[in-house]
Amino acid sequence: MENKYKIIPLTGDQAAAEAMRQINPDIVAAYPITPQTEIVMTFAQFVADGIVDTEMIQVESEHSAMSTTLGACAAGVRAMTATSSQGLALMWEVLYIASGYRLPIVMPVVNRALSGPINIHCDHSDTMGARDSGWLHIYCENAQEVYEMTIAAIKIAEHPEILLPVMVCQDGFITSHATEGVKIFDDADIKKLIGEYKPKYPLLDIKNPVSYGPLDLQDYYFEHKRQQSEAVKIAKEKIPGILSEFNKFFGKDYGYIETYRLEDAEIAIIAMSSTCGTARSVIDELHKNNIKAGMLKIRFFRPFPAEEIVNACRNLRAIAVLDRAESFSNQGGPLFAEVRAALYNNVSIPVVNYIYGLGGRDIYTEDIKSIFSEVKEIASTGKVKNLVNYQGVRE
Amino acid sequence: MATIKELSQIPERLSGGHRLCAGCGASIAVRQVLLGTKDPVIIGGQTGCLEVGTTIYPYTAWKTPWIHNAFENAAATMSGVETAYRALLKKGKIKEDIKFVIFGGDGGTYDIGLQALSGMVERGHNILYVCYDNQAYMNTSVQRSGSTPFGASTTTAPAGKVLQGKSQFRKELTEIMVAHHIPYAAQATIYYWKDLVNKATKAFQTKGPTFINVLSPCHRGWRYEQENTLDISKLAVETGFWPLYEVENGVWRWTYKPKEKKPITEFLKTQGRFKHLFSDKNKQLLEEIQKLVDNRLDYLEKLCSVTATEQKPE
Repeated sequence: MENKYKIIPLTGDQAAAEAMRQINPDIVAAYPITPQTEIVMTFAQFVADGIVDTEMIQVESEHSAMSTTLGACAAGVRAMTATSSQGLALMWEVLYIASGYRLPIVMPVVNRALSGPINIHCDHSDTMGARDSGWLHIYCENAQEVYEMTIAAIKIAEHPEILLPVMVCQDGFITSHATEGVKIFDDADIKKLIGEYKPKYPLLDIKNPVSYGPLDLQDYYFEHKRQQSEAVKIAKEKIPGILSEFNKFFGKDYGYIETYRLEDAEIAIIAMSSTCGTARSVIDELHKNNIKAGMLKIRFFRPFPAEEIVNACRNLRAIAVLDRAESFSNQGGPLFAEVRAALYNNVSIPVVNYIYGLGGRDIYTEDIKSIFSEVKEIASTGKVKNLVNYQGVRE
Repeated sequence: MATIKELSQIPERLSGGHRLCAGCGASIAVRQVLLGTKDPVIIGGQTGCLEVGTTIYPYTAWKTPWIHNAFENAAATMSGVETAYRALLKKGKIKEDIKFVIFGGDGGTYDIGLQALSGMVERGHNILYVCYDNQAYMNTSVQRSGSTPFGASTTTAPAGKVLQGKSQFRKELTEIMVAHHIPYAAQATIYYWKDLVNKATKAFQTKGPTFINVLSPCHRGWRYEQENTLDISKLAVETGFWPLYEVENGVWRWTYKPKEKKPITEFLKTQGRFKHLFSDKNKQLLEEIQKLVDNRLDYLEKLCSVTATEQKPE
């Protein structure tokens, strides 16, 4: 039987706020930044109307937003924040502390280019900059996915064997400000689904005092970092089980990756977030012309689904990885580097990189078609002309 | 004011055996402030001597919940802790009356943490912020801070052949906090322990954000023998270098004023950081410092008399 739901027209930002309303966290500490603003504004209205029980803290910066959220989470409550771009960059120092203290904070991030020069539109340079911060990363294709993954992220973060913070990313403006019909499930069902947060060592437990954040030198720091790596490893094992519960409820098939017409494909692109939507229609068109094209969408960037990627790509003849961020290594974007590393020693398939869409530059179906035609050529000749390409830029 | 006997019954929250220096003003300040309440206390710290000296994993000297996040964000971190407490109180999930206090050094308070502190008090969190002011970045080897006084030699503003230590004046942080119109702000120092315990008691009892700036001499940075910490704290008050006052709902009041003000040189000459000021060529600097102290005291006098005659704001 399908669970109760209503379809409501919502933007990606509103979908994140709607998920937060149903999560009803004890604390939200946030600072406004375009294009995340609509999340905090929508949520602030929920608080003003008494729809949620949340104490909302209007902090004076994102550095304080993350610090305050960290303090609240350590105190022993469910605490959330949300940000974009420069805001995430300002949080950067505290991101590492949140994951190092093993605090299960869930944070919607609306992807936006980093300055300079200043730009308010979408690319992934902000969250890719936080790639190694010990947070789990989920990238969403549309508002529905934002809503469902924000809710699921709570259970992933708070799993007693995981205890890691999670950022749930969506594309600035493209997803955050576009209205879609979003299936919103019943409040009570969601409440039951996520349950209550049971902290292990709450700071507010005055009978069992704990010290958070002691000095940790050569004799212990390394072991603590090693435990963190282990937590990400455990997360990799546990997430499918956690997602299956949500999949049953939402009627979805969420996993680390998602494939589109990849089963019998000869060539494929690997991409994340809203671009995957555009790619689907291109692939359908190519199939009409008997071109066996497919797509692999990366939903979880952390933990990185290396095995899943290798298995899904095994039978391909050529692959293009699409990166909406530059890493300035002359070796391609961050997604490319990791995908290529995962494939190395496992399969021998030519892989090329396309860096696209920086600062919100649109990616059209024509761009994706052109990428596919180059990949097709690589598949037939076996020759890679340019390892790293820039799609849609004036050279 | 509680009697010494009563105070002695308040359990120590900072245990002995921590690794702060013998003669450290900061640990004395912490213990005196914590005598200001019998209620359970949750403490926020920031990166610095106090954090490093009291918590080296797997040890902690804190017998009460304690949290350190980073250098500049103790006020933001504790804003989250205190709000979480209020949220749980409202939901009936917690019953105890808990007090919240932050101990930050001058680097983390005057400089890098000023924004978070300003945000915390503007939002009205029920937290006492104590600055243990030792007038430089002592944890990283005595670098100049916004609290370092004019003429003091530090490792980043040293006295040399051309320059005579710090060439700027220190900022008046307590006044900055008063400008936030918080219900209680005060200045204190550890020699006058009754004065400090009284102020802490008042601050803990006040609803809303409160602030106490505690001059906490550091023998490593100020360069004097470790047994002189309390004498130097006393001289700071007797010379007018560190006036003891409080500001309650906008009304300024001296809490202790020495009958006779000693010349500022009595304070300066006890410390190596001011040694260079006593060379012949720097005579005019000493005069300038004396003038600064006198002007400052006159100004405080005016504030006290003007606000005392006015009605206390409701």
